[in-house]
Amino acid sequence: MTAALALRGLVVGHGGAPVLHGVSFEVDEGSVVALVGGNGAGKTTLLRTVSGLLTPTAGTVHLHGRDLARVGVEDRVRAGLAQVPEGRGVITELTIEENLRLGGLWRGDPADLRAALAEMEELFEPLARRRTSLGHQLSGGERQMLAIARALVARPRVLLLDEPSLGLAPLVVAQIMRVLRELCDRTGLTVLLAEQNVAGALSVADRGVVLGLGEVVADRPAAALAQDETLRHAYLGF
Amino acid sequence: MDRLVFLLGTGVARGTVLALFALSLVLIWRATRIVNFAAGAMAVVGVYVGVAVTGATGSWWWGLVATVVAGGLLGFVVERGVLRFASARSPLSGVILAIGLVVVLQSLLGIVFGQEHEPVQPPFSDRPLQVGGVPLLSPYDLFVVVVALGLLGALRLLFVKTSLGLQLRAAAFEPEVSRLLGVRVARMRTVGWVLAASAASLAALLAVPNELGLNPHAADMLFVSAFTVAVVGGLDSPGGALLGGLTVGVVTSVVTGYLGATLAPVAVLGLLAAVLLLRPSGLFAQAEARRA
Repeated sequence: MTAALALRGLVVGHGGAPVLHGVSFEVDEGSVVALVGGNGAGKTTLLRTVSGLLTPTAGTVHLHGRDLARVGVEDRVRAGLAQVPEGRGVITELTIEENLRLGGLWRGDPADLRAALAEMEELFEPLARRRTSLGHQLSGGERQMLAIARALVARPRVLLLDEPSLGLAPLVVAQIMRVLRELCDRTGLTVLLAEQNVAGALSVADRGVVLGLGEVVADRPAAALAQDETLRHAYLGF
Repeated sequence: MDRLVFLLGTGVARGTVLALFALSLVLIWRATRIVNFAAGAMAVVGVYVGVAVTGATGSWWWGLVATVVAGGLLGFVVERGVLRFASARSPLSGVILAIGLVVVLQSLLGIVFGQEHEPVQPPFSDRPLQVGGVPLLSPYDLFVVVVALGLLGALRLLFVKTSLGLQLRAAAFEPEVSRLLGVRVARMRTVGWVLAASAASLAALLAVPNELGLNPHAADMLFVSAFTVAVVGGLDSPGGALLGGLTVGVVTSVVTGYLGATLAPVAVLGLLAAVLLLRPSGLFAQAEARRA
């Protein structure tokens, strides 16, 4: 199996203070990898580096074999990379429909965009019922669905999700995780899922990568990781 | 009563121009969080180009086109060449760059065209039409209202109905999220500056025949009034720019008509102070933010 995403020796800092210290791992095509670890482990920094919002001081990011070092954020999107940021990133001044359209505008194909919107409204049915509602009128769960659906409208090959379960009811989290797993199995989408809800993330993931203070502490199949009591107690808190 | 009707009419005409100019400030504020203090000086550059083209071709309409194009080009150059380098962390850096730009542009205009007031003839009569013996708007005032409202409507359609407008709004509201969705935010900012500078130049061209004439400072008072309009309406609110423009236009006209021109700025200042005290975000800011 080829790597959809390959990180090698990533070193990233904020204002001179290093956050990631030589992080390396790969995400296989069509798989779900859970990126877990406590607060301050560097999960969000890692995702922001992959999407291009942060620039590493050392190391490389490859997307399907292509080095992204000189590729800007907007062009990484066009190369097939989508990120749902922490806090959901719904543009609250726009309607559901406008948020969704925004996700696929760069493709420049109105027919394809219409088809993608219809698919998303089928997949996330509550969104279809409230098409003209503004972002700020939505519940937390609806905002998360909208943020994921909007990223999927772009038909990405790799999806980065930052804490999608944050502040959501367990039932909503389970529904979102189920949809993601189905999408990966059906379309070959690759997902890198950063989560503090470790049990939830490992339940849908193929593999788990544990970050501790900016370093990869473990990189194993999700089931094996969930059963490792020492690791669970030391880094995962359950 | 006849006098009041006349003053209200001229107030609306002046107000639509103010609204158009204020909209240019709102567009740039929303996109970059910079109050474009150079808007007046930039607009006058566009008007000088338009007046020169009118003089060369004999057609006021070609002058209008040239004004809008020159204003847009200057907006492009200013955004790409100057204000793009304003630090996002320091709100003052954009303000200082804009004020520096005012000094440079007005000095250059003074060197090239001189400081004298050059009269600019309107394309239509500016004598009020009489309806039932009551003096109303002049043909030029009517033209100004139609053009300004037409452009405001066109800009609204652009923002609400087109993909470009959706990207412009998204880039203004959430630049980082927009980048993650593939929107070229830097390009959208440039487009916003071009639109804003074109609109301001057109507003200045429409206003100049009713002022003392064209000189490098011809749009200074227009800028001050439009800034008041933008604050009264809400700096984040395009709809507020229109309503604020009409409010300030009518207040100025009525106070000038009944109490004298010297009291008009005082009345506008009073309105500004009242809004800042009672509703600092502007009269129409919240409603617009929810609706946009």
